[in-house]
Amino acid sequence: MSELDEESDDEPAETDGGVRAYTVRLELVDEPGELLRTLEPIANNGGNLLSIHHERGNITPRGHIPVEVDLECPPDRFEGIVEALREAGVNVIQAGADRYGEELNVILVGHLVESDLSDTLSVIEGNEHASLVDLSLAAPEGMDAVSSARLRLAVDTGRADDALETVREIADEKDFCVVEPLLGGDA
Amino acid sequence: MRLAILGAGAVGRSVADLAGEYGHEVVALADSSHATVDESGVAVADALGSKDAGDALGSHDPEDVFEADYDVLVEATPTTLGDAEPGFSHVERALEDDRHVVLANKGPVAERYEELRALEADSAGSIRFEATVGGAIPVCSTIEDCTPQSVTAVRGVLNGTANFILTRMAAEGLDYEHVLAEAQDLGVAEADPTFDVDGTDAALKFVILANVLSEGGFSLEDAEVTGIQNVPGSALDLAAEDGRTIRLIGEATREGVRVGPRLVPENGALAVTGTRNIVQIETKNAGSLHNSGRGAGGPETATAVLSDVGRLPSL
Ligand SMILES: NC(=O)c1ccc[n+]([C@@H]2O[C@H](COP(=O)([O-])OP(=O)(O)OC[C@H]3O[C@@H](n4cnc5c(N)ncnc54)[C@H](OP(=O)(O)O)[C@@H]3O)[C@@H](O)[C@H]2O)c1
Repeated sequence: MSELDEESDDEPAETDGGVRAYTVRLELVDEPGELLRTLEPIANNGGNLLSIHHERGNITPRGHIPVEVDLECPPDRFEGIVEALREAGVNVIQAGADRYGEELNVILVGHLVESDLSDTLSVIEGNEHASLVDLSLAAPEGMDAVSSARLRLAVDTGRADDALETVREIADEKDFCVVEPLLGGDA
Repeated sequence: MRLAILGAGAVGRSVADLAGEYGHEVVALADSSHATVDESGVAVADALGSKDAGDALGSHDPEDVFEADYDVLVEATPTTLGDAEPGFSHVERALEDDRHVVLANKGPVAERYEELRALEADSAGSIRFEATVGGAIPVCSTIEDCTPQSVTAVRGVLNGTANFILTRMAAEGLDYEHVLAEAQDLGVAEADPTFDVDGTDAALKFVILANVLSEGGFSLEDAEVTGIQNVPGSALDLAAEDGRTIRLIGEATREGVRVGPRLVPENGALAVTGTRNIVQIETKNAGSLHNSGRGAGGPETATAVLSDVGRLPSL
């Protein structure tokens, strides 16, 4: 996987070019070498590892370590990878075709329409880890007054802060107030 | 314990009223201009009655309080920012005299935490400040019980006025100004609600918590603070479409302090309603703890002061 791996460092996980991105959730036993044992079947079956997300200190009730692995591979190879993982004794919790691991809502308040809403949205979509799922606009006092918009974003696992930073920057520039979701903790 | 109380406002007078019930004695009580000092016990009702009637609280000078034979100074004068005076000097003086200090005043603990701890280190007395965060809700003592090292973050709602306004806006579909006026009529919001709605009051409390977690290092200046003044009713409507609502949420970690309007699940623990407060204490080994209750008010805050007094070792 060496070649592909290097590329993936700075390139977004595009779904074109015959490969798709996938998120696999695993539970690992807390033993040395466990992670490596997991990664081998991925590489050996045509998968390219994009990122590994492991919340330090986060342990399942059974004492296992939850890990999220983002990988890309041709769609017809994905089944094989998951099978190989299971054969290697890895506990696969969820294997989704969904590239985006998380959804988050954020509300913008300000002169949204006057300040070119579509530009705002394209800046946000310009973040390689975020994609706009839907938008809901409320302008009770008309389009040229202060309005609010709720944006639902799909973001790559572990990239919520990155995506929010893009939202904060454009909001700052256009003088919007941002109501961010509360990430972390069980609100 | 023998208490000397500085401040005869909502908090100071409640501490004076309730001290006996908690097994303590008031030997001095002062407001900004007068004091009453009596080593065999101040006649609290008489002194407060006289103040209420527009007369002096007592015949002493506030300065005389420090000369009294007291064990614990209760600092309940107004919270001030920056140098946190005159509260800071009051604490300094008591610690230099080897007395304990219990603060309701947030200023010194938020703005000059390291200096307080340094003074404490050189004193036979110690400081406690449960009342500065969340009124009646045990926050500092819960962190102390968990041991601060195992607490990773504290989040929550620590301003009842802002929470009341957001709750009413969501429920009635009204705009900020309408609800603020209503809150002022009800006495929930003060005539000048600036520090409540612009996030300063909540930020001071989360700065105190960050100081507890990190053994100092933070002041108001380090906090990232946004208020609720610019949250329109339409934003709450949009949040509700998706089962969420907006609350003025603070977060304290070892990395810093943030206070601002945030989206939270409508039925989640942090979406308390009305003037209620809540804190979520995130621990390393035991998940999250939630403490909720009345975050302000004279008797509520006084119970936190008196619980602190009860935790002090005898001098
Ligand atoms: N109220 C709450 O729910 C609550 C909750 C937590 C913490 N706190 C904090 O507790 C403190 C007291 O709050 P509060 O609501 O009782 O305030 P308050 O009603 O405004 O009362 C302040 C009192 O301090 C007196 N004072 C001012 N300067 C003084 C000085 N140099 N020496 C002695 N006394 C002085 C005032 O005297 P005069 O009467 O002569 O003006 C007044 O009696 C504040 O720091 C506040 O932030 C309050």
